[in-house]
Amino acid sequence: MQIGIFTVGDVTTDPTTGRTPTEQERIKATVAIARKAEEIGLDVFATGEHHNPPFIASNPTATLAYIGALTERIILSTATTLITTTDPVLIAEDYAKIQHLTDGRVDLMMGRGNTGPVYPWFGKDIRQGINLAVENYALLRRLWSEDVVSWEGRFRTPLQGYTSTPRPLDGVAPFVWHGSIRSPEIAEQAAYYGDGFFHNHIFWPAGHTQQMVDLYRRRFEHYGHGPADTAIVGLGGQFFMRRNSQDAVAEFRPYFDNAPVYGHGPSLEDFTEATPLTVGSPQQVLERTLSFREYAGHYQRQLFLLDHAGLPLKTVLEQLDLLGEILPDMRRGFAEGRPAHVPDAPTHASLVAKAGGASDATVYAPADAATGHRAEDAEGAVGAEGGAEVRA
Amino acid sequence: MTRVVVVSGGLSTPSSTRLLADRLTDATREALEEAEVVHVELRDLAHQLTDHLLTGFPGPDLAAAIEAVRDADGVIAVTPVFSASYSGLFKTFFDVLEPGLLDGTPVLVAATAGTARHSLVLDHALRPLFAYLRAVVVPTGVFAATDDFAGSDLDARVRRAAGELALLAGKVSGADAAPAPRRTVEEELGEPTPFEELLRRSSEG
Repeated sequence: MQIGIFTVGDVTTDPTTGRTPTEQERIKATVAIARKAEEIGLDVFATGEHHNPPFIASNPTATLAYIGALTERIILSTATTLITTTDPVLIAEDYAKIQHLTDGRVDLMMGRGNTGPVYPWFGKDIRQGINLAVENYALLRRLWSEDVVSWEGRFRTPLQGYTSTPRPLDGVAPFVWHGSIRSPEIAEQAAYYGDGFFHNHIFWPAGHTQQMVDLYRRRFEHYGHGPADTAIVGLGGQFFMRRNSQDAVAEFRPYFDNAPVYGHGPSLEDFTEATPLTVGSPQQVLERTLSFREYAGHYQRQLFLLDHAGLPLKTVLEQLDLLGEILPDMRRGFAEGRPAHVPDAPTHASLVAKAGGASDATVYAPADAATGHRAEDAEGAVGAEGGAEVRA
Repeated sequence: MTRVVVVSGGLSTPSSTRLLADRLTDATREALEEAEVVHVELRDLAHQLTDHLLTGFPGPDLAAAIEAVRDADGVIAVTPVFSASYSGLFKTFFDVLEPGLLDGTPVLVAATAGTARHSLVLDHALRPLFAYLRAVVVPTGVFAATDDFAGSDLDARVRRAAGELALLAGKVSGADAAPAPRRTVEEELGEPTPFEELLRRSSEG
């Protein structure tokens, strides 16, 4: 069982002080939170991707590479990578590069983003959201699994004899999750490929999460990847805890009441009852978290959202300290009653083992056949003259 | 069994909107062989509707109302006129229905207002809304200004609209439950309505 945190990188005014952090403060806080996550023994740190204020979560690859250099053990991931508006050619390069830099400590979660306007910023059409997610991901898989790709699709220019570099570390692509709150098509996509499925599990009632996870598990089995209870499931979650539950409620309420997304809406009490948000003592957080299995089955990854709604860095780090204290009990609880055939979340090491060991995937090309040509002359130059030589 | 859901958007208690909704409901019950009616009073759901706009998911009572509409064979939708259109509360309920939920569902549209000058709201606001939602709006809409509750003209329109809804939504109770089509001049020229019948109708008002 992997336990970690994910961030959306919102720059939000602290409603109790009226202070709003600068972008740099928030960016540095994100790094501090990731380092703290490793320090308390968490398994995963994931960052969202947003391209508009009030977020600092653009360019997740720089953030992850930087954190990768400052940490040693924690898995770096995304929540989510915009497979709709980001060129899959760029995703293939970026995350293979981070794989090499962090010795395989990276995986990704594909998503479609939280905001409609992001599509035209990257030259895409929101009405094609699902179609973009489907076509782009199919190409991304080929770019990682095939050394030389010729491809033609609907949403980007064709590729002729193209090789994405660097090749995935040890010849094994990063593991991919697909995140969606309410699109059955994305659960279906995850099941089709035998990839992981992650449900945000924050904004919606548990019954809805259950429907999406059930669909994914059922279709995972349908596509022949194994029994439904061996499908790779991840869940989000959020909590605020203090040793005394009344203190937690009193301290968190102003942040809840003014939070982006659900603020100024339902009461804290209604929302904690309807969704997995838990505000209370460490014991309450522990029990609520372990109860997620009742409707999601035994699952592989639990990510908590802690640094949002204007909570100051100091408070977030205190939340992590408290999480660190209940972490051993949480791990024991998750292990309890877990059947032996339920797999752990794939890691780079497990994927290498499954592939029969590491192999150097470098594509050794004899000469640079592209640089220095005029664009007009370059047609066919890469594939025809360059002739990439492949050693697997 | 024909499942009819009545969505009523009045704010006061009792409201003329609910009164009109009840009259339409009774007439629809009569026109149907067997009816099961669920009332959705939007005033009671006002908080949960606002929460839904902000959180994206319905509270328990609102979820039950949405499920009732999903399962409905026919819907009676009644709104007060606020600022020349349906009320914001009424619109919000139809805003939070997921796309496709009303596809092909027969809907009887009705509205109340203080003055007859708002009567075109049915055709200028409600019909476009339900056309967008791909519902099948019954031909007769029922508009009632305050004055209409004093006279008996409203009854005929209520019966006609209810009969049309019954015909589209389920099994009608008898041969005369569904409204008879209007006779054209062409038909009168071929076979005129006997004068005794014309006399009878004129005395009925």
